[in-house]
Amino acid sequence: MLTIEDADIIQGLRRGDESVFVSLFDGYQNSLLRLALMYATDQRLAEEIVQETWLAVLKGIHRFEGRSALKTWIYSILINRAKTVAQHEGRYNNLTLSLDEQAESNEPSVPIDRFHPDDDHPYPHHWLNGPSDWGDLPEDKLLSDETQKVILAAIDDLSPNQREVITLRDIEMLSSEEACNILGISESNQRVLLHRARAKVRQALEEYLER
Amino acid sequence: MDEHDLTCQELVELVTDYLEGALPETQFKRFEEHLSACHDCHHYFDQMRFTIRLVGRLSESHLSSGAKDELLRLFRDWKKELPEQEKPENLEE
Repeated sequence: MLTIEDADIIQGLRRGDESVFVSLFDGYQNSLLRLALMYATDQRLAEEIVQETWLAVLKGIHRFEGRSALKTWIYSILINRAKTVAQHEGRYNNLTLSLDEQAESNEPSVPIDRFHPDDDHPYPHHWLNGPSDWGDLPEDKLLSDETQKVILAAIDDLSPNQREVITLRDIEMLSSEEACNILGISESNQRVLLHRARAKVRQALEEYLER
Repeated sequence: MDEHDLTCQELVELVTDYLEGALPETQFKRFEEHLSACHDCHHYFDQMRFTIRLVGRLSESHLSSGAKDELLRLFRDWKKELPEQEKPENLEE
């Protein structure tokens, strides 16, 4: 299960090799901070969560058995800490969450008024006004800071579970298996959350890009 | 799923399943048939792929963090205690 790189890093850390720790830090710090910011209300709190994560990594490295990839293990530590902190702050509540999530899984990816209703058309449920070709948009607009802000705001508006999944999958580029392991959810549940999340970000982009 | 062709409204719900390779074979074929015949859905599908690419670009944004020096200090403290830590006495937590 462990890659050779992971095994080397673990050995290095166990020896107390500072250069190994520094390169691990440099490789992960940005991602950890971004993940912590999903749960924390401010940058300071996020930094604290990341700091605690690193300390937990050091404390736990001798006991780490390598049953998951190093990355999965580190991300799991961070996310567990972050959830605990966010729960204390009342920002993350599993109970209300599952109810929200149920309602959301019935939500359409695209508002139903974009399609022909049932029976008044030879092609029922066909697009009324179809999506435009974003390939025609100027590249600068797609890649602008403004567009990035729209995406960030849309991700911020997602439910916590959707935000977790899209961040792990589409920003951190984890595999679905890794994401499911870290979040403790099934593959099919993960796909539903990912799809909802992507559909909402797409919609926010459409509203911004085509206005 | 029954035998009819996919409608546009159904296709938009299946994009992630398609991209993840999670559609059963018959659904997969219907999805591709519809996509090749329907401009609007093709655009929708491309928009979803644009979305995924643009979301992915967020990983390039660099978040500033002043944590490194403090953490290195903590690392050195931790290192000093390394020999002790190898004994199984570290069971508090």
